[in-house]
Order: sequence, then C-alpha cells, then structure tokens
Amino acid sequence: MAILVLAEHDNAGLKPATLNTIAAAKAIGGEIHVLVAGDHAEGAAKAASAIAGVSKILLADAPHYAHALPETLAPLLVKLAPGYSHLLAPATSIGKNVMPRVAALLDVAQISDIVAVVEPDVFVRPIYAGNALATVKSTDAIKVITVRITGFSAAEATGGSAPIETTAPDEAAASSEFLGQALSKSERPELTAAKIVVSGGRGMQSGDNFHLLEKVADQLGAAVGASRAAVDAGFVPNDYQVGQTGKIVAPELYIAVGISGAIQHLAGMKDSKVIVAINKDEEAPIFQIADYGVVGDLFKLIPELSEELQKAKA
Amino acid sequence: MKILVGVKRVIDYNVKIRVKADKSGVETSNVKMSMNPFDEIAVEEAVRLKEKGIATEIVAVSLGPVASQETIRTALAIGADRGIHVVTDIDLQPLAVAKLLKAVVDREKPDLVILGKQAIDDDSNQTGQMLAALAGWPQGTFASKVTPADGHVEVVREVDGGLETVKLTLPAVITTDLRLNEPRYASLPNIMKAKKKPIEQLTPEALGVDPAPRLTVLKVEEPPKRSAGKKVGSIAELVDKLKNEARVI
Repeated sequence: MAILVLAEHDNAGLKPATLNTIAAAKAIGGEIHVLVAGDHAEGAAKAASAIAGVSKILLADAPHYAHALPETLAPLLVKLAPGYSHLLAPATSIGKNVMPRVAALLDVAQISDIVAVVEPDVFVRPIYAGNALATVKSTDAIKVITVRITGFSAAEATGGSAPIETTAPDEAAASSEFLGQALSKSERPELTAAKIVVSGGRGMQSGDNFHLLEKVADQLGAAVGASRAAVDAGFVPNDYQVGQTGKIVAPELYIAVGISGAIQHLAGMKDSKVIVAINKDEEAPIFQIADYGVVGDLFKLIPELSEELQKAKA
Repeated sequence: MKILVGVKRVIDYNVKIRVKADKSGVETSNVKMSMNPFDEIAVEEAVRLKEKGIATEIVAVSLGPVASQETIRTALAIGADRGIHVVTDIDLQPLAVAKLLKAVVDREKPDLVILGKQAIDDDSNQTGQMLAALAGWPQGTFASKVTPADGHVEVVREVDGGLETVKLTLPAVITTDLRLNEPRYASLPNIMKAKKKPIEQLTPEALGVDPAPRLTVLKVEEPPKRSAGKKVGSIAELVDKLKNEARVI
C-alpha cells in the first residue's frame, strides 16, 4: 500500500499545509510519495524530499503546471493513481478544486475534509458546519481524500532524504487558461498557518477600523481574519473569511473582536486552543465558547489591548 | 445560451441541527427545509444572465425525494423557466449526483451549468468538479464573477490567497461563492407564476445511473463541546491571563 500526497507549494518551497497532509498520510500508514507539479519547482521538490518519513518525490515540471489548473492537473494524478491505495491533498482551494475531478475520473468517491483516520479505509469528517462528525467507510479501491489541515499536526519538515524522480508531464488541457491573479499582499503570517489570529466582525463598523486589529496583530505576530458578516459588509476581502464557507483555522490563540459567534463562524475556529472574545453584547454566543471574555466597547478596548501588550513586552 | 442550475433541498441554515440518538444521522423530520444558499446564488446568477439577454433558457434541476419539488418551485419563482426533478429516496452522494446531472446534461445540452460550491448539509464541495470531469468540461469553481462571451466564459475565482481569473471554453461548469451576487426574494406574482411552470419527473433508472452510495456512514456524532470560560474585568487582566495562565503570548 502506498500513498500519494499532492504537495501545495509556490515552486520555490512547500506551503505548510503539505506537512499536515503528510501527517494524515502517516496516520493511514504505508509508503508515502509526494507529487510536486509545478513550473521550475525543484526548490519545492527538494523541500519535500527533506520531510521525515517520505520515500519518494515525483516531480512534474512544466509551464502548464504553474497554476494548478484542474483540467491539466487531474489527468496527471489519474495517470499516477493505479500505483496507490490513497491520493491525498490538503483541503485548500487547490485541493478542493482538483481532487473531486480526480475522483470522478477514477469513478470513486471523494472524502472531503477528513479530521481523523480511524482505519486505512475509515475516516472522520465534519458535516453541518462542524455541528456533527460523520465516521465514514470507503468501499472504493482508491481512496481520494482532502485533509483538513487543522485536524493533523504538521509532520517534521526535516530528517528525510527521499530521491526525486521526474515524471513526464502531460500536455496542457486546451479548455482552460489562466489569465491572472490578484493576491492579497501581507507581511503577516498566512491565516491558516498562524499561531495567533485576530479576527474582526460586523462590530468593527468599517474596513478602516480594521487597522486597530492590524496593529494588535503586528504586536503579536498574528494573522488577521474576519467573520462572514464583515466580508459581506465589504470591510475586508473574502480571503480573510474564517468559517464554514471560508478558512478553517485552529491557532494557539484566537481573538474574536466584535464577532457575535454565528454557527457558521464558529465552524471555522472552534478548535483553536485558546479563544478570547471581545464584544459589547454580553449575551453574544461567542462568549459560550470563549476561554476569556471581555464585555465592552471594542473601540476603547482594542487600543487598550495594544497598550497593555506594549507594556507586557517591555 | 441555455443554462442548467442545480438546486438542493437542505436543512435551513438558521436551524440548529440535532444528531439522532442512535447516531445514524441528523434529525430531518419536522425541521425547516430551504434551498441550499449557494444554489440560490446559482439561480440568481442564471436569472441575471437572462435579464442581460445572454441566457435564453434556465432549467432548474433537483434530485431527491418528492419534497424536493418545493425547491424547484422556489427556483422557478426566482426566474428559472422550467424544472427537472429526478425522484429518488436513496441517500445521494456527490458522485451519484454528478452522474445523474451528467445524464440530464446529455439530454438538455446546456452551454453552462451553474451549481453551488457546496451544500451546507454534507459540506462536501465536490459535485461541480465531478460533473465537469464526467462531462470532460472545464470548471470555474468558487466563482465571484462570471462573464460569458463568444464561446468562452471568464471566471474570477475566490482562492486562498485572493482572487484568480480563468478563461474557460464553453460548455463549462461554474460553482458559486458567496460574493457572486445577492439573491433576490421571489415576489408574490412570480411565486404564483411559478406554480404554472412545468416540472418534468425522471428517475435514476430512466437516466441509466446507479446512484448507490460509495461511502458507508458508520456513525454520526456530536462534536466535543467547548465549555464557556470566564469573563475578565479588564484588558490588563486579560493580557495577564494570556501571559501567565494560558501562556499563549
């Protein structure tokens, strides 16, 4: 039994989500191979070969793998699939885009967002925005899986020296073309990989007010997130969104500011280790899951938090 | 251009779900049901394309028990022209849904299929991608802007780091993200008109599809509960607790 993990990377190196996915592969058990499909992706392949417990890297290097277009990437995975019992990818926007396409081409089910491995063919996955956990058994010969990265602690990034094998790249699909991207530029850590996340909700009242949170985030080395309400109101871009339909995070510390705590938001952050809620409404549902709550006006409390953090540092 | 939209009947997003005592699933009897919110966005997008003169006909498809017809009626009230209901009581998983939709697509030959990116009950986020694979079509998932023109469609997609734009050859599958549009409320006259619009009934057998589930659900449980902590009186106290009690800063 061998497992193929689709690496998430930026060609030069691996994205942290790859390490969590490899941890899930280890929980399943068996030989682990990593597929790096990219454009000039030797750096990412080398990083993958250094991961402890990985036995082979497959490098598919071609310009048409630059943007992980599913029409081009899925056939590559399908071609490699016969040698494997499991195909894994992180449940990121790339993994969610390509893996169901791979599964359908193989005529197998896809198992989305697993958070635990019970047996090599039995997995736990959240449903209904995480308000229920389903344990499912796959009857397919090849299990195609996306991994919720908060469900598995990252595998060790070093200690291995797996050989890198190049695999002949297929042709680009003619039906889709990448035109461009507009990525949010930020010096802060990635939302899904940050140890601390500071999120704002509708209570922030405007996008401009988010600079209050950004200041606190920078003091803590934290990422900035938002509730769907704040995104819907146009305060911040959608890639800030934490929740059922946004990103799932589980940092050491999650600070929810002006967020009431709709179930759709809780679905994205309730596995955080420590949760702090700052809200003027003491009845807000967020307080029912927060370890520490402060009731009051955030426009007074957040600058105060900033000052106290400054003092605590000094 | 002919557009096919998929609509799923799910537990209303405002309902706090209950896990059945025997762990066989989630209680769905005597619970308010609605159209999956992402599918409402799909219907709205199709109707807007029709209002712009780009789409000529909108077919709303739902798969499931008899009651799914209500969901099709909702789509017709928003502005779809006719409905197709694939009637079955089997628990449909995404691969089966994709195969059934593929069979409907083969009959209807739409230029564009618009589906919700995920259903808020099983949260799978698979069906659109699977349908695109089975049809051999390109896919524009998690769409926040859809611009069809001249045998192509440009799709702005919500991705982890921001936005991405792809150009797809038609026919294609689009799945909707939240910011694509804000669905309208159906007006009373349109609700009345929708009652007269036709809904064709089909079965998986008639479409030649085996809808048997591939995943066996062994059990469904409630997640571990998080208990409420304490309220602290001041920010100074909060910072002290985070530093010395929780040790996270």
